[in-house]
Amino acid sequence: METYNNVSIRFNQLKNENILLDQLPVGKTARIKEILNRGICRRRFLDLGLIPNSLVSVERLSPSGNPIAFNIRGSIIALRREEAQNIVVKPI
Amino acid sequence: MEHNKNISNKSNLEKLISIKIEDSEALGDSIVATIYEKAENIAKSVVSVNDKRKVNWDRRLDDVLTSKITGYPIMLLLLGIIFWITIEGANYPSQLLSNILFGFENKLSSFFFYINAPDWLHGLLIQGMYRTLAWVIAVMLPPMAIFFPLFTLLEDLGYLPRIAFNLDNAFRKAGTHGKQALTMSMGFGCNAAGIVACRIIDSPRERLIAMITNNFVPCNGRFPTLIAISAIFFGGIGLASGKPSSILATLSVVFMILIGIIATIAVSKFLSSTVLKGVPSTFSLELPPYRRPQISKILVRSLLDRTLFVLVRAIVVAAPAGAITWLFANIMVGDNTLLNLCSGFLDPFGKLIGLDGFIIMAFILGLPANEIVLPILIMSYMSQGAMLEFDNLQTLKNLLVNNGWTWITGLNFMLFSLLHFPCATTLMTMGKESNGLKWPIFTFILTTGIAIAVTFTIKTLSTILGLV
Amino acid sequence: MGLTSQSSGLSLLKDKYNLSKKSEDQIVIALAGNPNTGKSTLFNYLTGLNQHTGNWPGKTVTNAQGSFKHKDKEYLLVDLPGTYSILASSQEEEVARDFICFGNPKLTIVIADATCLERNLNLALQIMELTDNVILCLNLIDEATRKGIIIDASKLEKDLKIPVIPMVARDGVGVDLLKETIDMIVEGNLGISPLKIIYKDRIEALVSEIANSLPEYIKENYNARWIALRIIDGDSSILKSIQEIIRANLYIEAEV
Repeated sequence: METYNNVSIRFNQLKNENILLDQLPVGKTARIKEILNRGICRRRFLDLGLIPNSLVSVERLSPSGNPIAFNIRGSIIALRREEAQNIVVKPI
Repeated sequence: MEHNKNISNKSNLEKLISIKIEDSEALGDSIVATIYEKAENIAKSVVSVNDKRKVNWDRRLDDVLTSKITGYPIMLLLLGIIFWITIEGANYPSQLLSNILFGFENKLSSFFFYINAPDWLHGLLIQGMYRTLAWVIAVMLPPMAIFFPLFTLLEDLGYLPRIAFNLDNAFRKAGTHGKQALTMSMGFGCNAAGIVACRIIDSPRERLIAMITNNFVPCNGRFPTLIAISAIFFGGIGLASGKPSSILATLSVVFMILIGIIATIAVSKFLSSTVLKGVPSTFSLELPPYRRPQISKILVRSLLDRTLFVLVRAIVVAAPAGAITWLFANIMVGDNTLLNLCSGFLDPFGKLIGLDGFIIMAFILGLPANEIVLPILIMSYMSQGAMLEFDNLQTLKNLLVNNGWTWITGLNFMLFSLLHFPCATTLMTMGKESNGLKWPIFTFILTTGIAIAVTFTIKTLSTILGLV
Repeated sequence: MGLTSQSSGLSLLKDKYNLSKKSEDQIVIALAGNPNTGKSTLFNYLTGLNQHTGNWPGKTVTNAQGSFKHKDKEYLLVDLPGTYSILASSQEEEVARDFICFGNPKLTIVIADATCLERNLNLALQIMELTDNVILCLNLIDEATRKGIIIDASKLEKDLKIPVIPMVARDGVGVDLLKETIDMIVEGNLGISPLKIIYKDRIEALVSEIANSLPEYIKENYNARWIALRIIDGDSSILKSIQEIIRANLYIEAEV
């Protein structure tokens, strides 16, 4: 699995009010700016509907805090925090 | 001519294929985005949402079922309720079936007597085969026929992904996939079905872990055994009437299951740090809307399906096993029966882990199907391999106690049943799903090893602490 | 030389799919859709196989096959794994895509969940790019109605340019119309030319270039535009499949 686990790289990508998806509070909506994965993982996200410029909102957290259930284009899909950290979003 | 054109085109294509198309990722993104955009536009122009005031039931339900405070307790409660319904609901049908089947046995015996059939034939066919068959049907069929439809209902409702959602954290920490919660749930019904369900896990490594640990969840074939033993030794039998408290029985079964779940996670963690090391794969789980299940359709279909399955299994597996046990108990070697000889041989080992030779024999002979372990054991204890009538559990308790059982024996028996090697069907299914013998054999050794280790520890501890 | 796309494509992948056609006349239909859309329900309804349908994503993980008859014609229905798309490279998506692309079903039924149409349309559009004979079944409209969602099915039909059938598979609503539509297509009374997606200029240019340089054999028998798009995508598994077919084709040609 290819992810950018290096936090400093991620912070370099963050401009202005951009945050990582795992930081989006419950109930809030954001617009997707960038997907940091490459390859198959990226493809997975795209297929789920996580495409740059589309909206995503946080539906709820698991009782143990991880994973997070997101509302993506009308469907509720749960992702683990570590993976949500690969998606850069701008809260609206 | 065409042949040549094909060849030249082939090399062009190969050239194209071997040139890494520059920017293919950005292009790929663009392609996906265009399709999604189109889908969005069409959907917008065609869909209208009418009544925004409608209550979002899905959200409300999930608020309760996956919240920090109520999520886990409700899961436990549901588990308990399902088992309680299974246990309580199976009582009457079991009694009924038992009356019918054992009543019929008398007629069969008369018939054998009438045609002057030899004793041994009567013994083999009636006391061995038929009685075991009847016992398995009377005791195992009702719980299975109740549990499966209940579980199917839950599945159709859409609750299972919520279980995975709630439990994923534990599995993530164990280095495996959250969907293992789902395969584990399937294993409650039947471990072989649980193995097949592991296909929902993409990563081969995580799939294997799920398959290997599926055994720690007691299947339908093991419930009745667990229920009976827990009712006898922990359910307050002998206190009042011969009937056990369903609540207590339920609690002990739930307790056993919790141990099974802990074992699953612990062994998963062990496997993913040693033999099956690797990186966690991507996890995405859809929480679909709750659907109203077609209750009647499911109940009927599942009931019939299960009943047929259990009946066939009883005939194919239980009856022969009963015959074999009877033979073991009636074939003399020297002045001892074959059964006594074998169990005598196994006895020292059995005692070491808080069991006895007969119990070990029963587990070994019970390889084909878990539900025959208890009947075989009962037959072994009864003289000449006769079979206990399903009267009330008091009789069973007396039998066990007379053969040296204490509550430690009961506990170890339940633990061994929970942890030991999977049944033959499960092993074969695992072989098919993992394309080889390696993993079933590994699972056999691992699970049995753990079972022995745990029971040994408990036995030793109890001896040291002076508990009987 | 008697080489038909039917014989080579299917035979290549027959072992992969174990299509158990009862007779050569059996018409193969692929059943595709997102997970959790009631695909198995429809499958069971049509073929009468007793399979349990659970409301849990990813349940249909094997290629189930079943047959049914309608108006004296025998059909073989292949239940593909539920997938969100046929672009990604998970095993299930590969299976679904390979079957529709190379397995040559006569037509493909895409089943969609009316309560979240947008996501389901994504798969439908992808499949429409791959093959012309597509029918969209708009399932779970009872659930949609319950949620206050109304879908203009005829407008959808006009937009997509393929048959759209509102359905409640659970109760069999819409299934007769589906069978009728299948029959019309098979009889040749209904030609379908689905909506095609047009991409950005640069991509379209690349597509023409690549499609033209594909081997004649591929161009004649498979969807060249679609294959070109996948190559642009960088989809490595499609390339493998194509190479297999080319190799098999050359081998057979060499024999002749």
